[in-house]
Amino acid sequence: MGKTLFDKIWDAHTVTDIPGGPTQLYIDRHYCHEVTSPQAFDGLRRRGLKVRRPDRTFSTPDHNIPTMHQDRPISDPVSARQVETLLKNAREFGITLFPLGDEHNGIIHVMGPENGLTLPGSTIVCGDSHTSTHGAFGAVAFGIGTSEVEMVLATQCILQPRPKTMRITVDGHLAEGVTAKDMALYIIAKLGTGGATGYFVEYAGEAVRSLSMEQRMTLCNLSIEMGARGGMVAPDQTTFDYLKGREYAPAGQEWEDAVAYWRTLPSDEDAVYDREIRFSAADIEPRVTFGTNPGMGIGISETVPAPPVEEAARISFEKSLAYMGFRSGESLQGEKVDYVFLGSCTNGRIEDFRLFASYVKGRRKHPDVTAWLVPGSWKVRRQIAEEELDKVLEEAGFEIRQPGCSACLAMNDDKVPAGCLAVSTSNRNFEGRQGPGARTVLAGPLVAAAAAVNGVITDPRKS
Amino acid sequence: MTDMENPKFTIITSRCVPLPVENIDTDQIIPARFLKVTSREGFGENLFRDWRFDSNGDMRPDFPLNDPRYSGCILVAGKNFGCGSSREHAAWAIADYGFRVVISSFFADIHKNNELNNFVLPVVVSDEFLAELFSTVQSDPSAEIRVDLPTQTVENLSTGRKEHFDINPYKKQCLVEGLDDIGYLLSHSEEIDSYESNNNK
Repeated sequence: MGKTLFDKIWDAHTVTDIPGGPTQLYIDRHYCHEVTSPQAFDGLRRRGLKVRRPDRTFSTPDHNIPTMHQDRPISDPVSARQVETLLKNAREFGITLFPLGDEHNGIIHVMGPENGLTLPGSTIVCGDSHTSTHGAFGAVAFGIGTSEVEMVLATQCILQPRPKTMRITVDGHLAEGVTAKDMALYIIAKLGTGGATGYFVEYAGEAVRSLSMEQRMTLCNLSIEMGARGGMVAPDQTTFDYLKGREYAPAGQEWEDAVAYWRTLPSDEDAVYDREIRFSAADIEPRVTFGTNPGMGIGISETVPAPPVEEAARISFEKSLAYMGFRSGESLQGEKVDYVFLGSCTNGRIEDFRLFASYVKGRRKHPDVTAWLVPGSWKVRRQIAEEELDKVLEEAGFEIRQPGCSACLAMNDDKVPAGCLAVSTSNRNFEGRQGPGARTVLAGPLVAAAAAVNGVITDPRKS
Repeated sequence: MTDMENPKFTIITSRCVPLPVENIDTDQIIPARFLKVTSREGFGENLFRDWRFDSNGDMRPDFPLNDPRYSGCILVAGKNFGCGSSREHAAWAIADYGFRVVISSFFADIHKNNELNNFVLPVVVSDEFLAELFSTVQSDPSAEIRVDLPTQTVENLSTGRKEHFDINPYKKQCLVEGLDDIGYLLSHSEEIDSYESNNNK
């Protein structure tokens, strides 16, 4: 029997299988940020341990940093201390750090790929659930807790139960005005927020193959929102073209050897998955969420569904709608928007800014909308300037902030006030995620742009 | 390696706190604004912060953790508990608040691992058993649940209904003996050495 892409990578990184227990898996790349690592480094100190492979460990602050005036000291002393702790730990344990102000600094899941640190066939972990992003390159990449961060720092290995495999095939092509974010939100709504729990997902089919690397990252990024341990796309010429020449990617003969190996990774034709699901790209339109988890979404032309029949599910559904202030049967189009957020590890890359700019070009930001445009990294920020997208955005009344996770989780000052409605290109619409009492509608960059210009939720294809 | 600080887990008989909400995400368990500290301690006071307290910091009396009728070290929650963020702070908050067991019909993967790594036992029961537990404790808050890790059974002592639950033998041994994964991995460092040398890592 053939092997799946996932099986090939997992098996190649298995150090041992504990009988009746988890796999001891070797980790090629470990990303650390300031929020989920300090207790892990403390654990190393307490046990008197070093980082086993500092050369495989890269760190950058992203979650808890301001997106304005990064050249000044961080005003919140608790946040400042957390960022300073990462600097101190990186120095003490000899790991690479891209601090604030460094040209490589950015959201860790934007930084890794754009610098060629994320490679096909590798195992990648980070104390962040959106580590699934890196699966876009054909890597086994997944989020871990802080005890596991400590485990990987100390031993370069992790103990993990082997997940089951699922293939999600999307046939056909996405229509004009429909993005990878819409594809992901569609799949999550179909499977539900726990529908892929226990599985590692491989995305396949013509509609996936034709996505750019950045779009594949958006798709894989959101795998965790249906509970999947990770998501991945088989590496192909699109992957190799993206990686070639990036700073940390192999070069010369090493590059040739690497590509030859990477070409062996796609799933064998006779590989068997534990579960197979198929969708048609033609069924996907721009999406919006109406509830308080990413699975509670609809096509923009649809209406909020009726509550489920089963009692426990109905109670949770009604709690969710009460929080959002929406009712079953209503359309979200025309709903007044207070905030728009473009950014995050989901939609903070250059193609997202191009999409947003393509809509707002020649238009004006609605005066009642506060818009936060936050590039995913300094490299993205520089490319925005090189392509003169900043002029387009500024002429339309937008300002561009400095890179970071920002309003995706609102650890810094970028908080949506209680009761306000935000159309957000980020990944979670949980209660209070963007600030206590904030109401979040998840969408792609085009729907966000249309909301920012019109001041209400609008189908970007119509105007 | 036995870490003297780690609790050992065998049998727990306790009242429980019911939280009959599905898809409870880790942002609800511990909101992001409380993740700024660099220690593991003290997260319990902010467990379910925005469900326990309103925006003025006043207690919401209708929330089960604030209801004086409910007590005990077992949390019973709706299915898909712990979805979302990988933040281990959620498991730290649950443990620091005093819970030793969380019962649900379904757990998110990362959070389940985080609970186990903090010696909190996630117990997966059937939807029917979960519904019965909610109904039992809501009609009689003094009802007790017995969780027996060695025999992997959970029992509703009011009705006598009992279910087997799964846990992999390795993790069961870790909990019973108070062992952690890092201790295991460090004791197998020769295998890591040979993996690295055989695979040009």
